[in-house]
Amino acid sequence: MQIQLNGTPTTVPDATRMSGLIEHLGLTDRRLAVEVNRELVPRSRFAEHELKAGDAVEIIHAVGGG
Amino acid sequence: MTASTTSSDNFTIAGRDYHSRLLVGTGKYKDMDETVRAIEASGAEIVTIAVRRTNIGQNADEPNILEVLTPDRYTILPNTAGCYDVDSAVRTCRLARELLDGHKLVKLEVLGDQKTLFPDVLQTVEAAKILVADGFDVMVYTNDDPIVAKQLEEIGCCVVMPLAAPIGSGLGIRNRLNILTIVENAKVPILVDAGVGTASDAAVAMELGCDGVLMNTAIAAAKDPVLMASAMRKGIEAGREAFLAGRMPAKRFASASSPIEGTFF
Repeated sequence: MQIQLNGTPTTVPDATRMSGLIEHLGLTDRRLAVEVNRELVPRSRFAEHELKAGDAVEIIHAVGGG
Repeated sequence: MTASTTSSDNFTIAGRDYHSRLLVGTGKYKDMDETVRAIEASGAEIVTIAVRRTNIGQNADEPNILEVLTPDRYTILPNTAGCYDVDSAVRTCRLARELLDGHKLVKLEVLGDQKTLFPDVLQTVEAAKILVADGFDVMVYTNDDPIVAKQLEEIGCCVVMPLAAPIGSGLGIRNRLNILTIVENAKVPILVDAGVGTASDAAVAMELGCDGVLMNTAIAAAKDPVLMASAMRKGIEAGREAFLAGRMPAKRFASASSPIEGTFF
């Protein structure tokens, strides 16, 4: 199925969970935060949160800024 | 003023005491090493960060800012830079709170246009209400307008931060009297945020009675950012001590410093 990952169309296996996506991207243990369809998904729910086709996923981190 | 008196001159933000009245941003530096050295030299205890999309599949080994400026050493102040509407500012704050394990302190800015980066005051007020109701400690960037500054305080913002001049302009404090009025009216800390260009600007803000100054470009865009960070630290301290000391009244004409009596010529 296709999702929007940080604005880019991306194909992931059906029923991918958030924890699986993070692991697949090599981002496990990184300090990041995630929202799906503009709603925050807390880290504590990564393992149970199942993605659906068309989901807009944003994975963010801290950068320098003023 | 003795050193010991100075060292007890703390101020409080969201229940936590700070000694340094200089808050610094972490953007626009040449590299991470320069960022760290400049912030070290500034003596800042509170540093701002921005939240942006994670690099996926590129620069994966690049150190993250929070690995070099760690939350156990610094109070991390996530900002909503780049947000032009209420919704994106609120989403950014909620993501930042998750990113920082429930840390509630945020810098709210909702901008009006790209040319001036002036705050959109109506949307700033709206976003502040939502964030305060959601339990955030909101440090809010605003215009140098005493009425709006007071309203933001009344909404429940823990710090109000009027601009000195447009973000990144380095023009210094354009309207000292407004900053003074905002300070005189306030029951929460007032920080000048944005527009400072050099150390004397920071000193002026402190002499007006501001509780601190938040800056980024004035340090990062200096020829020698580390030296400017040190200069800003001193400017802030000098201005604060001058404010506490109470300056002499300005007079139009001279007043001799040496005695008139006892002259022999």
